[in-house]
Amino acid sequence: MITTEAELAEVVRSANGPLRIQGGGTRAALGAATEGAPLSTVGLSEISIYEPEALTLVTKAGTPLAEVEQALSDAGQMLFFEPPDYRKLLGSKGTPTIGSVAACNLSGPRRVAQGAARDAMLGVRFVDGRGDVISNGGRVMKNVTGYDLVKLMAGSYGTLGVLTEVSFKTLPKPEDTATLVLHRLNDEAGVRALIGAMGSPNDVTGAAYDAQKQEAYIRIEGFKVSIKYRSAALKTLFSKSEQSFLSAKASSTLWKQIRDVAPLAKQKGDVWRISTKPTDAPDLVATLHRSMNIQALYDWSGGLIWLLTPEGADIREKLKSFDGHATLIRGKRDGRPVFHPQSAIVEKMSQGLREKFDPKGLFNPGIMG
Amino acid sequence: MDMPRPNQWVIDKKPLLVERLLSVLPADAVIHDPDETRAYECDALTAYKCPPLLAVLPSSTEEVAEVLKICSEEGVPVVPRGSGTSLAGGAMPTADAVILGVSKLNQVLETDYDNRFIRVQSGRTNLSVTGAVEENGFFYAPDPSSQLACAIAGNVGMNSGGAHCLKYGVTTNNLLGVKMVLMSGEIVEIGGAHLDSAGLDLLGVICGSEGQLGVVTEATLRIIHKPLGARPVLIAFDDNAVAGACVADIIRSGVLPVAIEFMDKLCIEATENFSGAGYPDAQALLIVEVEGSEAEIDEQLSKIEKIAQKHNPIEFRQSNSAEESALIWLGRKSAFGAMGQINDYMCLDGTIPVSQLPFVLGRIEALSKKFGLPVGNVFHAGDGNMHPLILFDANKDGDLEKCEAMGAEILKLCVEVGGCLTGEHGVGIEKRDLMDTQYSDLDLEAQLNVKDVFDPNWLLNPSKVFPLAATESRRQ
Repeated sequence: MITTEAELAEVVRSANGPLRIQGGGTRAALGAATEGAPLSTVGLSEISIYEPEALTLVTKAGTPLAEVEQALSDAGQMLFFEPPDYRKLLGSKGTPTIGSVAACNLSGPRRVAQGAARDAMLGVRFVDGRGDVISNGGRVMKNVTGYDLVKLMAGSYGTLGVLTEVSFKTLPKPEDTATLVLHRLNDEAGVRALIGAMGSPNDVTGAAYDAQKQEAYIRIEGFKVSIKYRSAALKTLFSKSEQSFLSAKASSTLWKQIRDVAPLAKQKGDVWRISTKPTDAPDLVATLHRSMNIQALYDWSGGLIWLLTPEGADIREKLKSFDGHATLIRGKRDGRPVFHPQSAIVEKMSQGLREKFDPKGLFNPGIMG
Repeated sequence: MDMPRPNQWVIDKKPLLVERLLSVLPADAVIHDPDETRAYECDALTAYKCPPLLAVLPSSTEEVAEVLKICSEEGVPVVPRGSGTSLAGGAMPTADAVILGVSKLNQVLETDYDNRFIRVQSGRTNLSVTGAVEENGFFYAPDPSSQLACAIAGNVGMNSGGAHCLKYGVTTNNLLGVKMVLMSGEIVEIGGAHLDSAGLDLLGVICGSEGQLGVVTEATLRIIHKPLGARPVLIAFDDNAVAGACVADIIRSGVLPVAIEFMDKLCIEATENFSGAGYPDAQALLIVEVEGSEAEIDEQLSKIEKIAQKHNPIEFRQSNSAEESALIWLGRKSAFGAMGQINDYMCLDGTIPVSQLPFVLGRIEALSKKFGLPVGNVFHAGDGNMHPLILFDANKDGDLEKCEAMGAEILKLCVEVGGCLTGEHGVGIEKRDLMDTQYSDLDLEAQLNVKDVFDPNWLLNPSKVFPLAATESRRQ
């Protein structure tokens, strides 16, 4: 087992063929199929620095996500972007690591209000394709010293380098949380409600709509006095809709399920993830509905659509061009690109970066298409 | 500050260049008279000046593309310029460079409250972005102190911050997409009104690349609904370290103020003389602002007061009206002007881990004694972004050099304790030669590789950000 950054760098330096980078292996199904000798980061497991008063945590990439979350929770803090757990969705087992959260830029419901994993990431250390150890960013919240390779590494699926250490901005855990549920709304009205909530001054931190249940969910978090004030404000804002109210415990369970795509996870079929403008979302879903049997779960005020589709369906072909992108999360690739094809010039820049960071093409070849 | 020697063969090309640029731009958009190019000789880092070869002011993305194509073909360096408010020399030209100003690109292209974004041309000023949406109750969050004048183009280039980043983040956290022109003249669109990238996060590396990867002509920005209200408190202490400990305790308690500002004695006195804000006589002063409804504000402030009282403040001043709130902020907002009244000053911008605050303040005081130059500290304490202001006399021989040397010591100290050289102003030319204190050669090489991809001939803002020696072979 590789237990130090230096050992990992040595393995990369002496590699003579492709490497498949792995943390806990729970998200191995994300991205296009890739071949290579497994390169595991799980031996790099340690929280290096945690300073609650500075809202920063530095951790080795192979550290289990649960361990990071526990340490934060003990000090009354959290990773604000709500990293999801896709084990049920992807049918995988094992222990999710913080490194794969960073490498795949995975964020949950709070992303719409407070930002993505990439927004929380303050610094990285990684081993590039030459076996050189590169450091970028740091462990302070404000840092514009040189280019921001931290964002570039977030969501690069290992294709630019093997993350060995990541630092995060953390936030206080809210004292209380609650969710307003609006019942019997169709897709259009449901997303409209989410948009109304996000456009209000109530600091909404979750805005999701379950098309099967025809329910819209609006989450507020903060001090008890805030919950009291803002829940009243939201109830008034949506006084024309049938309402119910979930207090802290039920609310937490609900948002975990939305975070992990639980309503769709156990059903048979492909799963897609569409990122778009919230106002466009119901139309996109309606367009697909006309030609196939689908189920939709909207998050991020409607800006994120989780879709369960028949196996093998190519939703991009049906949607033609739209504002945003669709990613195939679960299902046989069958010639379907996992990531949404981008303009020729963006592809050219991206390819150029990969060739610079990984000139021999060692890391997860082809995983991003 | 060293700048590369201008290429004479480029300077000799001026007539040809003017002719070619006039074929794609109107006459008033090509500035080549030496009396007029002088207006572009520096940005807000006024200690360094050099008039450019010429300046162009295109009015559309297409015109920007034509300009870059011509400069690319002629091998002429281009320095992009927003409003010229950079404190780091980010828009400072060389004698063989064309300044590309985006000031004519100042339109709002689209506002969308449902999807909470605004799309603007990049020459629009920061404050006028909020100005365009505030009637509907929205605002654009990043608020650098120069927000009245600074352009979105520069904000994207430098990944600008502001006083309220603790809650709302900096530019990169509020930027959804850009339209950008590469040095080759190719126009590229990245991101948009949706969240997250379909592939590599190019937007993330473009933001903060100091105009070295492309010229941003349009930006899609996230807008947020204004909070119901906001209210500051002023807390005064007779010891810097105690004020620092109080900041740490506030953050650890779970309260998340939108701003925690810190001023030391020199700044308190200077601003008091300058603005008459009514600040108490103290060693250190915190301004802490929270947001929400009246009840929420009361709740948060009572928590903050409880924490502050444990540190025996000299004064804990609540605001009871909008006027009193404005007065609390008045001194802080006029701090830079106030210090400027005392003498010339150099404003540093290093960030440190908040836990190191008392230690670093002590070391700065020691350096101040060693160099014989007074230092005032005014900064964003919640996120550790310091702004030591070193006072010097520009007319006194050797004072600027002494000030630069002391500034370098302070920035090295920031790096040494786990922080960085610049939190929100950018590297520009000012901190270029200190980059190797924070980054190894390999770290820098990785960044240079990014520029190679976007601008293979190194013509865009080439002598900034990186130590000149590190980029020499690439700049030829």
